Amino acid sequence: MRITQHPILGKRDKQQYVKIICDGQPIEAIAGEPIAAALMAAGKTIFRYTRKKKDPRGVFCAIGQCTECMMTVDGIPNVRTCITPVQDGMNVQTQHGLGQVKANP
Amino acid sequence: MTLIKDGYFSQTELAQLPGMPSRERLHEGPCVVIECAQQIPCDPCEAACHEGAIEIGDSIINLPKLDPSKCGGCGLCIAACPGQCLFVVDMTYSDTEGTVQFPYEFLPYPQKGDTVHGLNRGGDIVCDAEVLKVLHPKKFDHTAVITVSVPKEYAMEVRTIKIKGNHHG
Amino acid sequence: MNHVELAIIGAGPAGLSAAIEAASVGVQTIVFDENQQAGGQLFKQIHKFFGSRAHQAGARGIDIGKNLLGQVAASGAEIKLDTVVWGIFEGNKVGVVTNGRNVICKADRILLATGASENVLAFPGWTLPGVMGAGAIQTMVNVHRVLPGKRVLMIGSGNVGLIVSYQLLQAGAEVVALVEAMDRIGGYAVHASKIKRAGTPILIRHTIKEAVGNGKVEQATIVQLNDNGNVIEGTERTLDVDVICMACGLSPLAELAWLAGCRFTDVAPLGGLLPVHDDNMQTSLPGMYVAGDIAGIEEASTAIEEGRLAGIAIAESLGYLTTTDATVKKQAVNDRSEQLRDGPFGITRREAKETLIRRSLET
Ligand SMILES: Cc1cc2nc3c(=O)[nH]c(=O)nc-3n(C[C@H](O)[C@H](O)[C@H](O)COP(=O)(O)OP(=O)(O)OC[C@H]3O[C@@H](n4cnc5c(N)ncnc54)[C@H](O)[C@@H]3O)c2cc1C
Ligand code: SF4
Ligand code: SF4
Ligand code: FES
Repeated sequence: MRITQHPILGKRDKQQYVKIICDGQPIEAIAGEPIAAALMAAGKTIFRYTRKKKDPRGVFCAIGQCTECMMTVDGIPNVRTCITPVQDGMNVQTQHGLGQVKANP
Repeated sequence: MTLIKDGYFSQTELAQLPGMPSRERLHEGPCVVIECAQQIPCDPCEAACHEGAIEIGDSIINLPKLDPSKCGGCGLCIAACPGQCLFVVDMTYSDTEGTVQFPYEFLPYPQKGDTVHGLNRGGDIVCDAEVLKVLHPKKFDHTAVITVSVPKEYAMEVRTIKIKGNHHG
Repeated sequence: MNHVELAIIGAGPAGLSAAIEAASVGVQTIVFDENQQAGGQLFKQIHKFFGSRAHQAGARGIDIGKNLLGQVAASGAEIKLDTVVWGIFEGNKVGVVTNGRNVICKADRILLATGASENVLAFPGWTLPGVMGAGAIQTMVNVHRVLPGKRVLMIGSGNVGLIVSYQLLQAGAEVVALVEAMDRIGGYAVHASKIKRAGTPILIRHTIKEAVGNGKVEQATIVQLNDNGNVIEGTERTLDVDVICMACGLSPLAELAWLAGCRFTDVAPLGGLLPVHDDNMQTSLPGMYVAGDIAGIEEASTAIEEGRLAGIAIAESLGYLTTTDATVKKQAVNDRSEQLRDGPFGITRREAKETLIRRSLET
């Protein structure tokens, strides 16, 4: 959920929006924000499933340290979405286990 | 109920603060009430008062000491306090009501004339409060300062408000 | 970038302050940070800071951060963002990855100002999406302006837990409860009072037992503890929450100091194991300095002063400041630090710092 009004931060400056695709669904994102922020704003909570137990994982540290938020981005697995900025047309997929590198995502 | 266990003052703790005006003083006119108890390194309240009513002294960990005779209750110190623990109480507002002026950093701001819930230090709704003034000039740096009137017996209880229907103060 | 006089790792308040002091007297300075934005924790701190006028008291952390960035720009120091420092090797060589390239930068002086990492509390269900660190919540809410959930359980009543609770309320979330295992609130009472009067229950001698939910946090069970810290059976309560925030303390982020071979010591009030440093912020390795949370968990204001101290000492050691000038500057910094490390909260940190400095002299 986006915070549209805030007593201290005020109104947000005008933002540029881009579109990313997450598991086939188009999602509106703010240019420059990390992928994880855009997904969280859209209500996504599960970013990946662990390899052995298939446990769900989501954002934990938001500063690139814990690797819980790794997803497959434009075919590249294990991308830390909390520190990777969105780009227009980016294709983001929930990752299962270690993910697979695909030549043609 | 104590400050370090519950997050708010017992009456005994309150009475011992060097920033607490006497009962008599409160009934003479508006006065600041300084609810700062822990000797944290901090002193903006001292400089914020141009009347010299608040004194910290040489060491910034000293508790703010109030000279109630110098305080006119203008409320200019409220937004300057990072601890949000300065309040101005006026027991002389009317025969039955007093006013409380307090810092507020939530949206939406209430509007003048609104009837809102008056909350005590523990976050309990204790009475209705009528909004008299909402100030948020630039120099308060996003800390609004709100004045409400409440029944006199609650003027030393109410420390914030909750807009009716909202889930927090 | 192959050789600099001063390489600073970490562009938080400590690193930036050091850069300002050093670069403004002529030291050729570069600051590395893996983040995309400089400022470290400061841009998450939207509340007004304590201190005196000399510490910019009353200003919000974000504004103190902007101010520091302005001063850095004026000082001539260079900041390289999106740049991870992954190793430090003999001969004061710094291994960095920048623009996807691995570069070795030789530095005459190195300042480690990498800050802290958050302590994690493991409980059944803690890996569920929705369980987040306090820093993560602050980053999402105050920097990216995204609310991770609506109903939050906060764990920990230190200043971080209290402040993040308040910031969640400001962003429009509800803090259903704040639990604290100790028998008292850990942080400042003024911070506690702010959330308490806004209606947040603060439960001391309570902890989380488990988090449950289908694919994400849906409920948390909290439980009361007795005076020995053991669970009191039958006091379990289940709360409907969608976020659980951990604010269970910080530890110095000191891997690089380990790699470099700095001598460490354990000083509990400063967050545990940390590199020893002398009264110039120099570690056991000549030319290697530390400042800020890596040198002991304190606050942004103390991190700023420590960074200044390190910057001055480094400039002096490189000959950019005379001993006389440096002494005057250091004295001013030490006076301000001393003010911050005073009172019932600060005094333990001051004593711990003195212990740390004393231990640096032992061999
Ligand atoms: C979640 C959280 C909340 C806090 N809240 C407050 C508060 O409200 N008030 C307060 O006074 N203090 C608070 N603190 C304490 C805070 O740590 C200090 O206030 C202050 O930010 C410490 O400054 P610093 O410069 O040492 O570290 P930081 O501000 O943490 O900066 C360290 C920087 O180093 C960078 N870095 C680390 N390792 C590397 C590497 N290997 N390569 C490149 N860059 C690296 C990081 O990206 C970061 O930008 C909080 C701390 C945390 C973690
Ligand atoms: S209310 Fe006005 S006069 Fe009284 S202490 Fe505050 S600033 Fe001074
Ligand atoms: S400004 Fe507020 S928190 Fe700081 S010393 Fe004064 S009353 Fe206490
Ligand atoms: S949430 Fe920890 S690395 Fe992204």
